[in-house]
Amino acid sequence: MKILDFAMFSVRQVLSGGRAYYMWLAFLGVLILVGLAGYRETLIHGHIVSNMRDPVPWGVFIGTYAFFVGVAAAAVALSVPGYVYHWKPIKEIVVLGEIIAISAVIMCILFVMSDLGHPERFWHLLPVVGKPNIPRSMIAMNVLILNGYLVLNLVIVTYFLYCSYVGRPYNRVFFMTLMLASIPAAISIHATTAFIFNVLPARPYWNSAILVPRFIATALCAGPALMVLAFQILRKVAKIGIRDEALHKIVEMTVIVLFVNLLLFFAEVVTEYRSATAHTVHMQYYFQGLGDHVRLVSWAWSGAACNITAFFLLLVPRTRKHPVTMNIACALVFVGVFIEKGIGLVLPGFTPGTLGEVYEYVPSMPEVMILVGVAGVGIFVFTILSKIAIPLTFREEGESESELELSGA
Amino acid sequence: MQDTDHKERTTSRRQFLKAAGTVAGATVGLPGTSKAFDLEELFQQHFRELSQEDLERVLQRMERKYEEEYGKPFSVEATGPLDGVMFGYGLDISRCIGCRRCVYACVDENNQSRDPQIHYIRVLEFEREEVQRWIDFEKGDPFYDHEEVPAEGKLYLPVACQQCEEPECVRACPTTATWQEPDGIVVIDYDWCIGCRYCMAACPYGARHFNWTEPGIPEDEVNPKTHYLGNRPRAHGVVEKCTWCIQRTREGRYTACVEACPVGARKFGNMLDPKSEIRYLIEHKRTFVLKAELDTKPKFFYFYG
Repeated sequence: MKILDFAMFSVRQVLSGGRAYYMWLAFLGVLILVGLAGYRETLIHGHIVSNMRDPVPWGVFIGTYAFFVGVAAAAVALSVPGYVYHWKPIKEIVVLGEIIAISAVIMCILFVMSDLGHPERFWHLLPVVGKPNIPRSMIAMNVLILNGYLVLNLVIVTYFLYCSYVGRPYNRVFFMTLMLASIPAAISIHATTAFIFNVLPARPYWNSAILVPRFIATALCAGPALMVLAFQILRKVAKIGIRDEALHKIVEMTVIVLFVNLLLFFAEVVTEYRSATAHTVHMQYYFQGLGDHVRLVSWAWSGAACNITAFFLLLVPRTRKHPVTMNIACALVFVGVFIEKGIGLVLPGFTPGTLGEVYEYVPSMPEVMILVGVAGVGIFVFTILSKIAIPLTFREEGESESELELSGA
Repeated sequence: MQDTDHKERTTSRRQFLKAAGTVAGATVGLPGTSKAFDLEELFQQHFRELSQEDLERVLQRMERKYEEEYGKPFSVEATGPLDGVMFGYGLDISRCIGCRRCVYACVDENNQSRDPQIHYIRVLEFEREEVQRWIDFEKGDPFYDHEEVPAEGKLYLPVACQQCEEPECVRACPTTATWQEPDGIVVIDYDWCIGCRYCMAACPYGARHFNWTEPGIPEDEVNPKTHYLGNRPRAHGVVEKCTWCIQRTREGRYTACVEACPVGARKFGNMLDPKSEIRYLIEHKRTFVLKAELDTKPKFFYFYG
């Protein structure tokens, strides 16, 4: 019966709130409606309402998908310091990181469903009832592992919050096993996402082993950057005791990974341009344009500028610790990686196409609307899950750690 | 000759089932397009896992559906591969004049969408000198538009599905909706494809095409003689490709492109037959395949006659 109580509590938590809370939910509702309106166009006319075409069969959906799988994987940036090194200030907020991961995976699923020509046939991908091409197809692998990761995180979060709700310590072996399992799972979801792209010999721009570590590195920059921003908002809105030192530690890790990311990126650029084979044409398209086809050039350079600026802002201790510059840097990392890993990854891979044609893709209005809608769903999931989690995780401002530690001991 | 027997048997069985279906339909009073059929479509199994009976039912349902849609009798066959056959294709680029008759013969035969246009064959035009070193696809122009072909100093390279022995598309497909048949043809179960387009990302030859919207085929131009894995009309949201006219070649006929070519540049046949033309040219001509470095092992051989 306690589970029922917990469920009732959760429902009450989600439904109750001040005016600002309802306004916020209404706002998210509008975003979701925009997305539905965009998807309606697709349902009526097919994917022709997007600007994807045969030469560029994937666009902003799959790009954003790759990006948000990374955000989901970045939960390890908290669970490792929290549960491997048992560092208290971060241990307190691990559950919030997992909630971000859950929201991100749900967004990923929606991106894929919006992209499929026949979403009602999704069951063909499932083991037993369907006929998934495992392990040869990296999409099949990725779908399987990503869903496993979602289930794992849902179980961890629900179990943790339930124990907290009934006020009894969690089963240490059970909880730690799941928590530790989520670490390789997070790396796996993102490695398989990179494999989707880099195993294709037909696409030289992606066909590089370095794409896998690059994916992990970009994930561990953009995810934590998003967390730092989101946690500060939560701290302000919900008045909870997330400590500055926790945020600073996350940012410190971010700058190290950002350095690795820039290094890997630099290695890729040097390799491409110095070897200057026929395959360099894709990177040339991205950074220089091909003839009149220059749509991505400013996009490419602004992505690089965001990442490099953020790196220096986070490298210098004064700007790293100053709240304003720290937040600017985090926003820049998020945007920079979004540019580099979304559109910046997918489109140059397809341009020029395998038979040499150049088709310049720009997302259509319905595509952008669906993007907005999916973001709305992601933020909505994050909002309601944090609404349930916060009173259970942070009993009162200032003494957040005591209750948790007691129950964990 | 075993296959002929098999075929006859299935034909008579199908006639029986057709009759039975009509009776059942009449008894319950269901029109052909009732919702029940859509549900059947939704839960339809993978082509290779359909039992003979289920397959017959599915083929009949499709025939009914197409008949209603296009207003003429349709046949949807599922003729299997012939024993001892491995198809191969040859293309003499010294003969090709770039007239694109093959492109349109293919569209007519295989029920490709006219609006928006889908072409399985793409003819690339190169400067003759450019190609003497190697084929740089970025220098090829698929949109050439001359009053008369061949244009001076140009070389034409038609590209369609290369029917690889190691098909990247088949490895990529997350649902096993595409595979290589025993006679070497790479096919798609259009009813199993989820439309993720990963195969299009994986194909090195741009051979796969997506139905971005409901395909537009005029009723009077539709080809009603179809194959489940081949030219039956597709729906929106699925990928399609060249199947070497599976509906013709498994009955011993040439592909539509081979028949349409006015200069005899296109050759097709059974590579396992030592007396076949394709075998002769593989053995006696200097052939090459596209993007050999990817080791996809195309069964589509280009040669200079």
